[in-house]
Amino acid sequence: MNEFLTATGQGMGNGAVYALLALGFVIIYKSMSVISFAQPAFMMSGAVLVSHLTGRIGFVAAVVVGTIAIALVALVVERVAIRPMVGKAVFVIAIITIGIDIVVRTVAGAFVGVNQLLLGDPWGLKVVTVGGVQLQERHIAAILAAAVVVTVLFLFFRYTRIGLAMRAASLDQEAAMAQGVSIGTVFAVSWALAGGLAALAGVFAASGNAFDQSLWMVALVALPVIILGGLDSLGGAVLGGLIIGIVESVVRTYHSTWFPFLDTNTGGIAPYIVMLLVLLVRPHGLFGTKEVERV
Amino acid sequence: MLGVTNLEVVYDDVVLALRGVSLEIPDGAIVALLGANGAGKSTVLRSLSGLLDVHNGKIRKGGVTLDGEPIGQLRPAALAKRGIKHVLEGRRIFKEMTVEENLRVGAHSAPRDVKENLGRVYDLFPRLVERKDGTAGYLSGGEQQMVAIGRALMSGPRFLLLDEPSLGLAPKIVAQIRDIVVEINRQGTGVLLVEQNATMALSIAHHGYVMETGRVVMDRPAADLLADDDVREFYLGLHTEGDEKQSFREVKHYRRRKRWAS
Ligand SMILES: Nc1ncnc2c1ncn2[C@@H]1O[C@H](COP(=O)(O)OP(=O)(O)OP(=O)(O)O)[C@@H](O)[C@H]1O
Ligand SMILES: [Mg+2]
Repeated sequence: MNEFLTATGQGMGNGAVYALLALGFVIIYKSMSVISFAQPAFMMSGAVLVSHLTGRIGFVAAVVVGTIAIALVALVVERVAIRPMVGKAVFVIAIITIGIDIVVRTVAGAFVGVNQLLLGDPWGLKVVTVGGVQLQERHIAAILAAAVVVTVLFLFFRYTRIGLAMRAASLDQEAAMAQGVSIGTVFAVSWALAGGLAALAGVFAASGNAFDQSLWMVALVALPVIILGGLDSLGGAVLGGLIIGIVESVVRTYHSTWFPFLDTNTGGIAPYIVMLLVLLVRPHGLFGTKEVERV
Repeated sequence: MLGVTNLEVVYDDVVLALRGVSLEIPDGAIVALLGANGAGKSTVLRSLSGLLDVHNGKIRKGGVTLDGEPIGQLRPAALAKRGIKHVLEGRRIFKEMTVEENLRVGAHSAPRDVKENLGRVYDLFPRLVERKDGTAGYLSGGEQQMVAIGRALMSGPRFLLLDEPSLGLAPKIVAQIRDIVVEINRQGTGVLLVEQNATMALSIAHHGYVMETGRVVMDRPAADLLADDDVREFYLGLHTEGDEKQSFREVKHYRRRKRWAS
């Protein structure tokens, strides 16, 4: 039981990272009906930037500055590379985001080199034991951070002028424009938010151990998460992230008991299997709306 | 004064939707814009609110002016800020948002006066007060039209462009909408009212225009149009035998030729 709870706690920690990433995907998807494959690059850039800043300004300040800086980078990227393409097929824009991902990742990778980087986080691999259940401090931190971010996002989309405008634009773009909402601003803010979320996810994904250029691959797990949760559902992104995180971690833990005949750990493929199973029952994901299919 | 002069609009570079339209909406007036399906009424509104772009439409000739200043190139956000608000055909409320959220989005270009405008809109539409936290998509058609109009009013516009507000509503509700348009106008907003329901529109308008295939074919005070035989026949439903649309067009062409010939 304790082993299971330990795996669950770790899964929630990872799941919080997936949730942050997935939220970024969903926010962009809602504003422009495109899946942005540039998220992995922003995530890695966030971790790289924070690891370079921590020595100078301390970890917390580095996270704040790093997150804001990557949000601004994403905003500029949207303005320069995406905005001129508006009106082109969704598929074309998705391919462009892959190009952006490669460019940004290459630039960020130059600051990593072949070595490993240390994030400089205060948690390392320290563990808290509560009644026999082991929880890593960094996982607790990730869960708390995600909870704060989700709350702030909820308030943002519910009460702020621009948050309401973004929801309106995702429901009916022309009607939102008729209210004076600038779609360009909506695109810009959604990219900035997604960039910041990815950077923050990168911080927690890179915490604990040293990390290298392969960090970006963590972000790929957000893909089954958004399909599972529903492409256009923020709540689905959060819940999907946690579900995938937990399933992955539990399968990883019990892999050798369940599948002694397999050498490779099945934890890595578990997210996709969960996604497929859910899609069989709910074609639009857990919380996705039907309209999504028409896009 | 808001107006268009000799306006030519094309969609997709090929569909000529307006072929030289001129009309004026003086401050504080109600102007009715009538015409059959496809005449170009919505296109006129889109030219005024900057929403042609979304439909891949372009102003090819002529222009849109506000107090004499050309504004045809401005974006919808800028035009909304200058006080031109367009209530789209088919209501187009944000169904998954609450009524009040819909209204708040309408305040996007006037964030400072949200409280005041919210009060004004709830005064105009007391029914919406009870429903303010309810999901807008569950409202009746009439209530949804109220949300659509109220939403546009949330920025205190100088000109309100209404595209077929009575579409699909019961006669009793249409009468309510008409009274509300009158009240909005009384409070100082100029209204351009596009309607299939010509009786309703002309009964409250000061001036009226009739469009046909991208042109203005009549431009007269509303009372004159109401009294006009042609208009009565084409739009007030006094001619109902046979396939309506077909006879509409035939009579129309015949009359027009006659009018021009004489
Ligand atoms: N988005 C569009 N793309 C291409 N052509 C269009 C578009 N919108 C309108 N048109 C064409 O422009 C012409 C005028 O259309 P418009 O919608 O302005 O007419 P309307 O008077 O509002 O008609 P209705 O009473 O049906 O609303 C029509 O021939 C129509 O087919
Ligand atoms: Mg129309």
